[in-house]
Amino acid sequence: MYTVPKLEDYSPEALDRAVADLRRALAEEEASISSQADWKAFRDRWLARKNGILTQLNNLWLKPCPADLKRTIGQIINTLRPEIEHFVTHGQSRDEDIRTVIDSLSKDALAADRLDITLPGIQRPIGVKHPVLRVMDEIVAVFKAMGYSVGEGPEVETDYYNFESLNFPPDHPARDTQDTLFIAGQESKPARDRLLLRTHTSPVQIRTMEQQPPPVRIVIPGKVHRNDPLDATHSPVFHQVEGLAVDTNITFCDLKGTLDHAMKALFGSSVKTRFYPSFFPFTEPSADMQVSCIFCGGKGCRKCKFSGWIELLGCGMVDPNVFDFVKHNGYDSSKISGFAFGMGVERIAILKYEVEEIQLFYEGDVRFLEQFA
Amino acid sequence: MRILPAWLREFVNVAANDRQLAEDLTSAGIAVESVQEENGATIYEMDLTTNRVDAMNHYGVAREASAIYDVKLKKVSPMLPERKTRQSNSAVWRAPIGMTSFTKDELNADDSTTAEAFPIVIEDAQGCARYTARIVRNVKIGPSPQPVARRLELLGSRPINNAADATNYALNELGHPTHVFDLDLLEGGTIIVRRAREGEVLKTLDGVDRKLSTDDLVIADGRKPVALAGVMGGFDSMITERTKNVLIESAWFDPATVRSMAKRHLMHTDASHRFERGADWGITPLACDRVAELILASAGGELHGEQIDTVARKAERASIALHRSEVNRILGIDFDEDEIQRILGRLGFGVTRAPEGSFSIQIPTWRLDVEREVDLLEELARVHGYNQFPNTLPAFTGAVVTLPDEPKNAKLRETMLALGYDESISITFVSEQEAKAFASSHSSNTGLSGAPSLGGAPAEPLAIANPLSEEAGYLRTSLIPGLLNMVGYNLNRGNANVRLFEAGEVFEKLGDRSIEDERRHLGFVATGDAITKSVHSAAQPYTFFHMKGDVEELLAAFEHQELHFDDHTPPYFHPGRSARALMDGETVACFGQLHPDLATERKFRQEIYIAELMLERVYRHPLREPRYQRISKFPTVERDFSFIFDEAVTFERIRSAIEELGLGELQKFVPAEIFRGEKVGAGKYSVLLHAEFQSNERTLRDDEVAQWSAQIVVKLQSLGGVLRAQ
Ligand SMILES: [Zn+2]
Repeated sequence: MYTVPKLEDYSPEALDRAVADLRRALAEEEASISSQADWKAFRDRWLARKNGILTQLNNLWLKPCPADLKRTIGQIINTLRPEIEHFVTHGQSRDEDIRTVIDSLSKDALAADRLDITLPGIQRPIGVKHPVLRVMDEIVAVFKAMGYSVGEGPEVETDYYNFESLNFPPDHPARDTQDTLFIAGQESKPARDRLLLRTHTSPVQIRTMEQQPPPVRIVIPGKVHRNDPLDATHSPVFHQVEGLAVDTNITFCDLKGTLDHAMKALFGSSVKTRFYPSFFPFTEPSADMQVSCIFCGGKGCRKCKFSGWIELLGCGMVDPNVFDFVKHNGYDSSKISGFAFGMGVERIAILKYEVEEIQLFYEGDVRFLEQFA
Repeated sequence: MRILPAWLREFVNVAANDRQLAEDLTSAGIAVESVQEENGATIYEMDLTTNRVDAMNHYGVAREASAIYDVKLKKVSPMLPERKTRQSNSAVWRAPIGMTSFTKDELNADDSTTAEAFPIVIEDAQGCARYTARIVRNVKIGPSPQPVARRLELLGSRPINNAADATNYALNELGHPTHVFDLDLLEGGTIIVRRAREGEVLKTLDGVDRKLSTDDLVIADGRKPVALAGVMGGFDSMITERTKNVLIESAWFDPATVRSMAKRHLMHTDASHRFERGADWGITPLACDRVAELILASAGGELHGEQIDTVARKAERASIALHRSEVNRILGIDFDEDEIQRILGRLGFGVTRAPEGSFSIQIPTWRLDVEREVDLLEELARVHGYNQFPNTLPAFTGAVVTLPDEPKNAKLRETMLALGYDESISITFVSEQEAKAFASSHSSNTGLSGAPSLGGAPAEPLAIANPLSEEAGYLRTSLIPGLLNMVGYNLNRGNANVRLFEAGEVFEKLGDRSIEDERRHLGFVATGDAITKSVHSAAQPYTFFHMKGDVEELLAAFEHQELHFDDHTPPYFHPGRSARALMDGETVACFGQLHPDLATERKFRQEIYIAELMLERVYRHPLREPRYQRISKFPTVERDFSFIFDEAVTFERIRSAIEELGLGELQKFVPAEIFRGEKVGAGKYSVLLHAEFQSNERTLRDDEVAQWSAQIVVKLQSLGGVLRAQ
């Protein structure tokens, strides 16, 4: 069994001999490891802090040596330390196959086998979600967590669902604000069956209530179209998220509380909401909701036009006239009540990501899209 | 619309300053969009909702302020000389259609020998419910006095003359449109409100000759139309410097009638804007007198006789019952009876208390938007202040359900993203040519139509009646045109490596129903390199087989027995480099290289690969449930076969031939290498086929593997294959 000799002769030859003896012992002992217990003993014998061979080198070689040789001896020990550690590491996984590999990798060959690990990695890029749909997902997730199911409906709608059943009477001025795109060749049909591209996701409110008696809680993400040519601030295609809650106990205070909660979930708990009277044919009372500016916290900045507030959505209590269209399915406006809300997804995405032009969303420019990874 | 706070303060005593007033009005739903200073005056730019036409004037906004601050609203009482307040035609009786009216006072003309009866006849009570008029004689037409002109200018109107300005001033003050005729240019000494006759023409104030139809409601004199009712006055009876005597019109026209006329003649005027939305039936006498007062003050002259007020039908409002319990049920807080009385009373509603916390509410004539109890709740809520209501969360007893397609949509989206495609959204509209070229009907002979057949009627693209442009005249029948546009956009900007996908609706008219016309597709496009050049490796261009792999990856998510590919694809594909996928015998996708002709047309200089999945068909298959299979403990035996085949023998033929052998232990049979060239000979190819055998129960014996290999060789030889080595 190898023991660390005391050094008496400090000639280079003597030192070389001592180092060679140690190396031979290290290799032999490592080669004889045949179990986990062997390895632990080997590790402790060489590396134990208290009286391991490495520690002994310090005590027996370095400490007593003449001052002018301290540097030389120190360097020798510094070279030996990683070698000992290397053998200890390899000794752990000792088994015949691995042994061969380790043997074949000479220390020098291993030292030469170096990658420039600072070169860029090989990337297999994954695709990126569209920013508008990403924001839409976030909104939907907030309402799902509040017990809302997801609803959907067609993009080509009838006049009945898009207007009439939402309390837009024929020829009513409120229809003018919708910039509707109509499907051609509908003249022979009754007015309520004529097809158009839905101008909002609100038709799904009626479609859902036709299918399902109260209570209802749905959130409706979807694409809508209007007669607005594509430019920096307008798009003929955009997305909305609509919501509807109907039950025997829904009040205006619940509408406010629900949206306030949702906005805090979306934009952070410090966000405040406020409500202003508005007008939508299918809600009464109707409101516009503003959130305290998510950028300046309400102090006033360019994004909120220095008002501290950002207008985000329209909402209101479901108009009894709307319930009348689905009265047969349990929607008696004297017994139930509900609220509805709708928001433009692009508008929120534009605010959130500071996108200057809405048309960027529809050009498919990968330099734009890939920023939203 | 603009409002001058100084003007509205003439009617209501508000302590708040102009900015505070603007804020408080906005909170109550009378939105002040901006507050500006201009020429020493404060100006509100208003943004009123379409239902609040009653507040589109200073008196109306003052009324709101009176409710908000609970202060008195002053009455408007025009000061007229020889004021006789009695109404000539009492509004108490219902006037028959075609009724003629004039005042008795007119007949016993006071001081004038020229006094004459001036009958006003409403022939169309539906179109015109009330027509109030006054005659002023000996006026001097000229510029308006400075205070009137200044206010109009601050509101953004150009002063014209004292008579016209009086109507404009009264409109801004009281909200009611009026009109002034040159009395001497009216023929026949009468005013008749009637439908136009076929062939009649009226030159309106803007100088345009309007061909009238029998749907148009006109104001006529004894001979001809002199105004388009509620829209615009006539050119030939307008006020000029020569005008001496005027007739003031203050009438109430039916909203739908005015709206249809304004639409038909493409005219939108201050008057039509208000009448369309519902003017105040009750204000016509007051507005008439107010205009008279302004004219007398600015143009002199004297009143001729009394006001003539002709009522064809009453538009007075019924009363509504309001219950405190309902207020509580919908709004969620309790209003005390005094607050209800105070708010509604200040807004001009007649409030009568009834037993058990209920009220009978008389609706004023100017609030056409209020018809039901719930409309009164909104009045209470907005004056109370929306932000004064607490925020609460409702309890809920229902269940959360997931749409059947939601997990499928999510799975495909996740896969597309993982495969490196960016999600995109294209504009839904295409040109007629694109709609037809990419229609499902176009390719229906290849059995590719995603459309369910409805009585064999061919699917047709849907045209838009009022498109944004001719190139956007149709709804897309396929996602491909939109994807090609987006690829083009990228290539034009030097983005040579593009991978995009879009999941969305395509549209076709199938029968007479609406909803089945709309089908969900998944489209994707790829061009450039699949692997970009880097310090580590050379570029690898995207090929047909990358796309096929992507399609296979997508479809593998769905349960199916068999996935089959053939070359029946629509003509927009490269005929030799495209395929359709059939899942259990039904076409679910087409993909491959874009036809070179189309690529050239669009000036694409690199190969473009496109794919489209018909999701309504794919989604008939449930999502694949993961299944666990025990991993065999026994070794795999591998064998390679090198064959030469005619080009006509596709791999699919080889694969299905081997499948027919029904070798249970054959776990894998794939092509490993393919060679073509001189050594192999023209029209032929050499293929190295790799087979793996394994059993779950035992180690395979050499002799059985040899036997199976021999079967494979024989089978491949039966396809004309020539064995090279084994
Ligand atoms: Zn801000």
